[in-house]
Amino acid sequence: MNAPVASSMPAITYNFAYLDEQTKRMIRRAILKAIAIPGYQVPFASREMPMPYGWGTGGVQVTAAILGADDVLKVIDQGSDDTTNAVAIRSFFETTAGVATTTRTQDATIIQTRHRIPEAELKAGQTIVFQVPIPEPLRYLEPRETETRRLHGLADYGLMQVKLYEDIARHGHIATTYAYPVKVEGRYVMDPSPIPKFDNPKMNDSPALQLFGAGREKRIYAIPPYTQVVSLDFEDHPFKVQAFRQPCALCGATGVYLDEVILDDRGKRMFVCSDTDHCATRQAEGHTGEMSAPYGAGAAAPALHGAESHRGTDGAIP
Amino acid sequence: MYVAVKGGEAAIRNAHALLAKKRRGEESVPEIGLDQISGQLSLAVDRVMAEGSLYDRDLAALAIKQARGDLIEAIFLARAFRTTLPRFGASEPVDTGAMRIARRISATFKDLPGGQVLGPTFDYTHRLMDERLATNAADAPSPRGGEGWGEGPERREPGAVSTVGSLPSPPAPLPQGERGVVQMPRVTDLLGDEGLIEGSPADDGTPPRDLTREPLAFPADRPLRLQALARGDEGFLLALGYSTQRGYARTHPFVGEIRFGTVEVSLHAEELGFAVPLGEIELTECQSVNQFKGSASEPPQFTRGYGLVFGQSERKAMSMALVDRSLRFKELGEEKSAPAQDEEFVLSHCDNVQATGFVEHLKLPHYVDFQAELDLIRRMRAEAEAAPREDLKEAAE
Repeated sequence: MNAPVASSMPAITYNFAYLDEQTKRMIRRAILKAIAIPGYQVPFASREMPMPYGWGTGGVQVTAAILGADDVLKVIDQGSDDTTNAVAIRSFFETTAGVATTTRTQDATIIQTRHRIPEAELKAGQTIVFQVPIPEPLRYLEPRETETRRLHGLADYGLMQVKLYEDIARHGHIATTYAYPVKVEGRYVMDPSPIPKFDNPKMNDSPALQLFGAGREKRIYAIPPYTQVVSLDFEDHPFKVQAFRQPCALCGATGVYLDEVILDDRGKRMFVCSDTDHCATRQAEGHTGEMSAPYGAGAAAPALHGAESHRGTDGAIP
Repeated sequence: MYVAVKGGEAAIRNAHALLAKKRRGEESVPEIGLDQISGQLSLAVDRVMAEGSLYDRDLAALAIKQARGDLIEAIFLARAFRTTLPRFGASEPVDTGAMRIARRISATFKDLPGGQVLGPTFDYTHRLMDERLATNAADAPSPRGGEGWGEGPERREPGAVSTVGSLPSPPAPLPQGERGVVQMPRVTDLLGDEGLIEGSPADDGTPPRDLTREPLAFPADRPLRLQALARGDEGFLLALGYSTQRGYARTHPFVGEIRFGTVEVSLHAEELGFAVPLGEIELTECQSVNQFKGSASEPPQFTRGYGLVFGQSERKAMSMALVDRSLRFKELGEEKSAPAQDEEFVLSHCDNVQATGFVEHLKLPHYVDFQAELDLIRRMRAEAEAAPREDLKEAAE
């Protein structure tokens, strides 16, 4: 706003972390209520944010409301610190709050995430903030909010059980792979946001505080530390997570979630850690994978996960 | 080459630099000024103020410039700024009956107290491209003679009497305010005197809920519905209103009145004990008059749909009135049969800032979820391929 503008224009200033203090107080009250009733969706007066709805406004509002000057913030999208939206949200808080940021999971006090939970186990005192597109786990079974609120009130989750059963009847297994519904502390069925079901077990009995913000849908919910989170299943069809056949091509990790990267148009592909911090940490410790061999452990990896891209001069975000 | 999968701060910086360049356009052409946007693209500014829920012409013009003319993007900018503003109070209700009229028409009466005032309107213009406007030079058509609407100067000579409507159209746009002395009672008030139309809902003193400070909850009462519609997307409401005209929850509407002009906004100052004028805003109001056959408790009478929008936007105000009336089906004992009557459907989807955000978020990476789906579909395909062989085996046995 350095350019001369019409004289009647008000001066444009923003508060610490963008939101005004009244709004933060309103959001904090919603968060406290959410923590008191684990898994329950608390309506809150979500604000317009300077990024679009559906791009993490719920998570950003929750983070803005809990962020203090001495917090260290990590922002990931798809497990990576370097995806466009993670970069944008991290720089938003760098600009509006001036807080320290990090890519290292264990150094962060607040982790805002979209679609993943980091591989490294979270610690007590850490808070993970999930961006949620559709907070209502029953939404695709029942489009009406009035009806789904009633179903939650009565703990009537028959619809969901029938859906999962129909999956098994039709496919032989439950055909939900992400946003896999969970039951929190034996009461509310909750949408864990579109994390792969691979990450669901990490929510159970976690020492960290887990907060969920849905901006467009105006809901906040929470899982307090050390809360029981159970993925829905049947006795004869127990919940199972995805397993990958091959280890990470860069760090050799197994038992982690992998991204498939297509290498050419003849079907060549590689699998690498979705959690870039986890991968970089392992590479720094000397772990290697099959694709890191020709370049040596140190040279190839940063090209994939480093902050600099060598493309994009034409303006297209790849 | 797989570097391309990740974002990268440099790529984003470059993209934004290119955006800034594209926004500026050809640099040999002078930069467009906010006064030009505000003055010459005033209906775009009106729309951004209305759907951005922020009455500030300069900020709306800035938003339009910054958004390269993308009005929904500009509305988004206005909203994201508005939401940070402190609230120091709520104004007194504005009195549209005391509006200083720039335009006022009724489709239900040929003439009426205060008359039909056409004002600045595209209605009755011939939609012919006027090539004389394709210039920014001094020989641009003069608005003094009514030129520049595709009409040609010979048809709009000063003092010419319009053949449309019962009043002579003014020879040149009147400075605002000169008509303010004429009494312009609202058409619905005229009908109300005879008891032919339902009354305006009485003010029971309950402060209306504030959509921007509370989450939308259903069922929504009429003040809340009208709030949502007032900031709702013009195109969405237009289509819904249109659908009611085409038989999807038909309400048999007439435009009782459309009025556009300026009203005074006042704030009750606690310290002073009376209302203090803050300034004036431009509003468009539409009151539709709709059929109602009567019910067990109510005699047959006309019912109302209501639209009120910042600035001049008759299309939006009319659409809003149609949809408002449709959403009232329950209180009027009508059958529910169409989307325009469904408040959850209408109110959940009318906000274009929410809608565009969620639609466009599909551009964000989804490869974690897609990976999960890839894995699933491969497994299911493998199972499907394995299955027929078992069938053959069974058949052979």
